[in-house]
Amino acid sequence: MQQWLESLHPALLALIRVLLFVVPILLLVPGFIWLERRLLSWMQDRIGPNRTGTISKNFPIKFLRGKKTFGLLQPIADGVKLFFKEDVTPKSIDRLIYFVAPALALFPAFALGGTLPWGPSHGLYGLLTPIANVDIGILYVLAISSLGVYGVVLAGYASNNKYSLLGGLRASAQLISYELAMGVALACIALASGSLRFIEIVETQEQALFGALPAFQNWFVFTPYGLLAAVIFGICMVAETNRAPFDLPEAENEIIAGYHTEYSSMKFAVFFMGEYAAMFVFSGVFATLFLGGYNFLPVNWQYLADQGGGAAGLWQFIANAQYWLSPVFFLLKAFLGMAVYIWIRATLPRLRYDQLMFLGWKTLLPAAVVNFIAIAIWIMVSKVQNPVLGTLAALISYVVLFFVFKSFIGTNKEARALEKRTVTYAQFPTKPDSEPAAAQ
Amino acid sequence: MIAALPTITPNQITFLALAGLAAMMAVGVVALNNPVRSAMCLVVNFFVLAFIYFTLNAQLLGITQILVYTGAIMVLFLFVIMLLNLSGKQIFPEKLDAKPVIGIAVGLGLFGLIASQVLLPMQKITKINAEYAYGSPQAIGKTLFTNYVWPFEVTSMLLLVGIVGSILLAKRKI
Amino acid sequence: MQDVPLFWYLALGLFMFTTGAVGVVVRRNPVVVFMCIELMLNAVNLTFLAFARYSPTLLPGMAESPQTWMTGQMMVIFVMAVAAAEVAVGLGIIMAIFRLRNQVDVDDMSALRG
Repeated sequence: MQQWLESLHPALLALIRVLLFVVPILLLVPGFIWLERRLLSWMQDRIGPNRTGTISKNFPIKFLRGKKTFGLLQPIADGVKLFFKEDVTPKSIDRLIYFVAPALALFPAFALGGTLPWGPSHGLYGLLTPIANVDIGILYVLAISSLGVYGVVLAGYASNNKYSLLGGLRASAQLISYELAMGVALACIALASGSLRFIEIVETQEQALFGALPAFQNWFVFTPYGLLAAVIFGICMVAETNRAPFDLPEAENEIIAGYHTEYSSMKFAVFFMGEYAAMFVFSGVFATLFLGGYNFLPVNWQYLADQGGGAAGLWQFIANAQYWLSPVFFLLKAFLGMAVYIWIRATLPRLRYDQLMFLGWKTLLPAAVVNFIAIAIWIMVSKVQNPVLGTLAALISYVVLFFVFKSFIGTNKEARALEKRTVTYAQFPTKPDSEPAAAQ
Repeated sequence: MIAALPTITPNQITFLALAGLAAMMAVGVVALNNPVRSAMCLVVNFFVLAFIYFTLNAQLLGITQILVYTGAIMVLFLFVIMLLNLSGKQIFPEKLDAKPVIGIAVGLGLFGLIASQVLLPMQKITKINAEYAYGSPQAIGKTLFTNYVWPFEVTSMLLLVGIVGSILLAKRKI
Repeated sequence: MQDVPLFWYLALGLFMFTTGAVGVVVRRNPVVVFMCIELMLNAVNLTFLAFARYSPTLLPGMAESPQTWMTGQMMVIFVMAVAAAEVAVGLGIIMAIFRLRNQVDVDDMSALRG
């Protein structure tokens, strides 16, 4: 297999790599929709779609007759419905841009994974993944995700509809705002791992935990700077994909359906597909950056096997299994990310526009910069002096910068109190003040 | 020059395709009447230009091109066009006056001047003198933070001034 | 890309530059004029990069410098940074003018005072 792949022309091999990445995502998109509908209904204490796919009474295998299959065929039914719906095209649109916009929304979602590895860099998987093992992996993700805004903005513009235009404007402002914090959070990871390649970032995470426990892996989410960066990146990731609670561009109670108000049938389905594919790939990016990529557990099986001892054979077996099953583990982590996306959607209400901007510019961006400075100090002192002193310096800088950050946020308290328009029940006097409380 | 090369290689075909698309889009920016379409042409132009940078082996600058130009600057342009609603009734019907004629004449003159004076002596150069990895993040980072650290700091100050200035201009009441 | 001569890159850069220059002269919409300036900047960037890659040793003394190919790239980085600042301020000015005058035709903006 490996020899055969090596003998192929590089262009053909690249094509195989692209197909191995894109085709599974295309096939999985209906699965995501099923997952979302089932999970959401479970979280909201509903039943959800469970009838489509019930096995017919005439099925040849007897004991399967009349069994329900959790509505597994529901996405196919949805797809057929969307496909055969009437394709309404408004009259006074900008025709070219109107038809190009859904394609522009779909393209970055698939292109995003161009540098993402779903398997180890040695052996067979080294030939099959990532699609392009370039020096600029993280920057590539940032660049392509920033292209995602065009589909939304142009759809909003081309529809010639006030609400669509508002949705597009909101999307562009939101994406620009959250890109910054995302970039700084990614810079922290690049600084910690010393590389922009995803493969090398994963291999950095496979090193000994805290530099002291070689049996375990030092996933970035276990380190303080990594945890903070993970939280920031996670929030920005949700905002970048326009998902709840950041789905202001398509807030249906304010601006109908936002940018895709005027889209119907398959063109709407393409927007939908783009959104789900982007969610999935972003989950994969998150898993690669913070959760050890394709490793299932943060344990160095190979190290344990090399140590010898009674269980060495078992560890070696697990290490081999880890190698061959790594794409499965990567998929599992990405699905976990999807589940978290759905969980967030089921839990949090949509943000108000000023809250969105406040969160992006005045909370996430300063926090990311604090993190960046702290990790820079940690690396510098560790290299110049020693790691213990470096950790100490990083802790001190975290504390100092946290207070700077607090005072920075707290300076404008009165103005913020005025901005806060959230009204609590206690602020509504149900009865005039003059009336004695005893009358109740 | 093309006549001097009897065979055309796949690399040259790639470059010609990219360059042709970029040139078409550049014309589109100037020729199209609708500002949004002009902006889209420019986005495609910048995107293709990033690939031309990749053909020059300048990976970091290619990706920075996408990140800065298509990802941030052009989004800002689109945002302003939509905010001012320049594409609706604000499209100016281009007047039939002497301006386009003069403009194109000046352009042709400029093209001829630079082509004859600068381009023609450069025809024979095909040797690549740069190192293979001259565009990698490591090489650029090393040069930027050693030999060019002062210009780098000055640029950061410039960006800060830019931020303050744009806020000052955009805010109705300070 | 060993076999593409420097000349081709320079020709593309020159074409984009002149197109941008014509656009600046001809167009009346300030945002489009601004976009044409961006086009010209990018044409210059392309030229810088092409020269950096090929580092032609036409001028005396250039061959001795070991890092000619870095200089071109540094210029591109600074041009990009300056362009970003320029766009932020320039679009701010266009917005301010639009709010003040409610029209944005470059040909009609001949008064020095707002």
